[in-house]
Amino acid sequence: MTTITDRSQATPTAAAATGIRVTQRRVFAAEAIKFRSLRSTGWLLVASVLSIVAAGLFPALGVLLGGLDPAGGEGSRTDPTGGALTGVSFTQLLIAALGVLVVTSEYTTGLIRASFAAVPRRLPVLWAKAAIAAAVAFVATLAAALTAFLAVKVVLAAADVTISLTTPGVARAVVGASLLLAVTAVLGVAFGALLRSAVGAVAALFGLLFVTPLLGMLSPQISPYLPGNAGAAVVQTGATAGSLPPWAGLGVFSLYAVAALTAAAVALTRRDA
Amino acid sequence: MIEIRNLTKVYGGTTAVDGLTVTVRPGRVTGFLGPNGAGKSTTMRAVVGLDRPTSGEVQVAGRRYADHPAPLREVGALLDANAAHPGRSALAHLRALAVTNGIGRARVDEVVDMVGLRQVADRRVGGFSLGMAQRLGIAAALLGDPAVILLDEPVNGLDPDGIRWIRGLLRGLAAEGRTVFVSSHLMSEMALTADHLVILGRGRLIADVSMEEMTASATGQVTVRSPQADDLARRLSADGAAITRPEPDVLAVTGRTNTQIAETALAARILLTELVPVHASLEDAYLAMTAHDTQYRATTPATTDPGRAAA
Repeated sequence: MTTITDRSQATPTAAAATGIRVTQRRVFAAEAIKFRSLRSTGWLLVASVLSIVAAGLFPALGVLLGGLDPAGGEGSRTDPTGGALTGVSFTQLLIAALGVLVVTSEYTTGLIRASFAAVPRRLPVLWAKAAIAAAVAFVATLAAALTAFLAVKVVLAAADVTISLTTPGVARAVVGASLLLAVTAVLGVAFGALLRSAVGAVAALFGLLFVTPLLGMLSPQISPYLPGNAGAAVVQTGATAGSLPPWAGLGVFSLYAVAALTAAAVALTRRDA
Repeated sequence: MIEIRNLTKVYGGTTAVDGLTVTVRPGRVTGFLGPNGAGKSTTMRAVVGLDRPTSGEVQVAGRRYADHPAPLREVGALLDANAAHPGRSALAHLRALAVTNGIGRARVDEVVDMVGLRQVADRRVGGFSLGMAQRLGIAAALLGDPAVILLDEPVNGLDPDGIRWIRGLLRGLAAEGRTVFVSSHLMSEMALTADHLVILGRGRLIADVSMEEMTASATGQVTVRSPQADDLARRLSADGAAITRPEPDVLAVTGRTNTQIAETALAARILLTELVPVHASLEDAYLAMTAHDTQYRATTPATTDPGRAAA
């Protein structure tokens, strides 16, 4: 109990002498430990993966069992790959919540004070959280999207519909979906840091991603540049009128994330923790 | 060493800390006392850079907290016992904090043993009692083997064993030459642990004194027993002392120090059989001091009183 190492002489200069300092890499390692050691974030990730696979499969099963014409309907059904990726928009909300929780859970528990006491410059914590949320979202959802795609392919093959990753735009849509979700995770981290409340941040993101597109209907010029629509462009395989080209859409969506993250960085350094 | 210079912190319209200047020195346990809302926690948060001072400056271990390349290795702080995610194990919590400052696993295991959490280190923090959470917070504060340690209300929720343990721990840390700054509203606990006191009232410094001065100065009363009590009483009152006589041969003297009384008695060849300065309990001393502060503030409405100004 009382085995405190006696470094009273060495202590005041210990860090200076060893040259050990807080680095982005160390903070990244810390955030990785935090992410791995929580079940709640893990469950959100599992839910995200399942939502992609399940939502991708349902339309395909509809085609198979209900005799829906994969090429005759409206919206995403004009686009078998889009059908395979319909899970994406719902997953977007789950991933956004994941990003939000990575930050807000530290505020609700008070852990943020310990985190910022350890890293008083604060921003490395924000960058690390954003990077980890993005990386995890990308890897997990890419695996899920590929699984969904292959499963849909098998199901549709039974209905004599062929889809392939080599079809132009298909591989891009699959990878693009995961990139979209990775950027969404960053957006979640940024909103979490800005609003510090999970409910507030998720509500704001819901508004930004799913409500603004409705407003966009009033103004066709602005519509493609709204975050929800811009992001959605990258998962479309068929050319859709009134939307940005796929990568441009993802680019615009990423600009929203960068802007939000910048605002979060400014708020974080200015506010009391 | 913690050097607080003219620290002021205003939240909205409320001044939590008002021009506080104090130096907390190494090698002793400095108790930080004050009623709830006096600004103790705000001061501590400002020391570790969590709250940005409205004006003034705080240096800890020679520089601003944020300027330390690896702050946990210089300064350890327990500000909130619940500052851990309930879903995470104690070990993962400590490892995540340690790795930011390049502190290895061996040291994490060491502090876990030191605070007596080995048995529950792999359990989720959510199931911890307040006492266990306090121990976890203390473990986090000790991670970097820091020269300066700040603990905000560390005995909250600890059982008697835990309180005795932390008392020993703090005294041990101070004996090793570290700066130990501990806030508490429990006078009795402070009386047993602290060597020095910093007392805050409504964000202002009320006292920065050693424990001995604090308890001795509060009453200024000396008890004298003498077979020639009448004669002594006459001579002392002639010198301007106030005297009461609880017993025929006992005088309770205020206004003269024990040395002055002894000199008076010696000059008159008066035999003293007892000469005892009366020490107040820390609690009495504290109440006397803060009561004075309240009066002072109540009779000087001209001084800026943020609480009243806002009302």
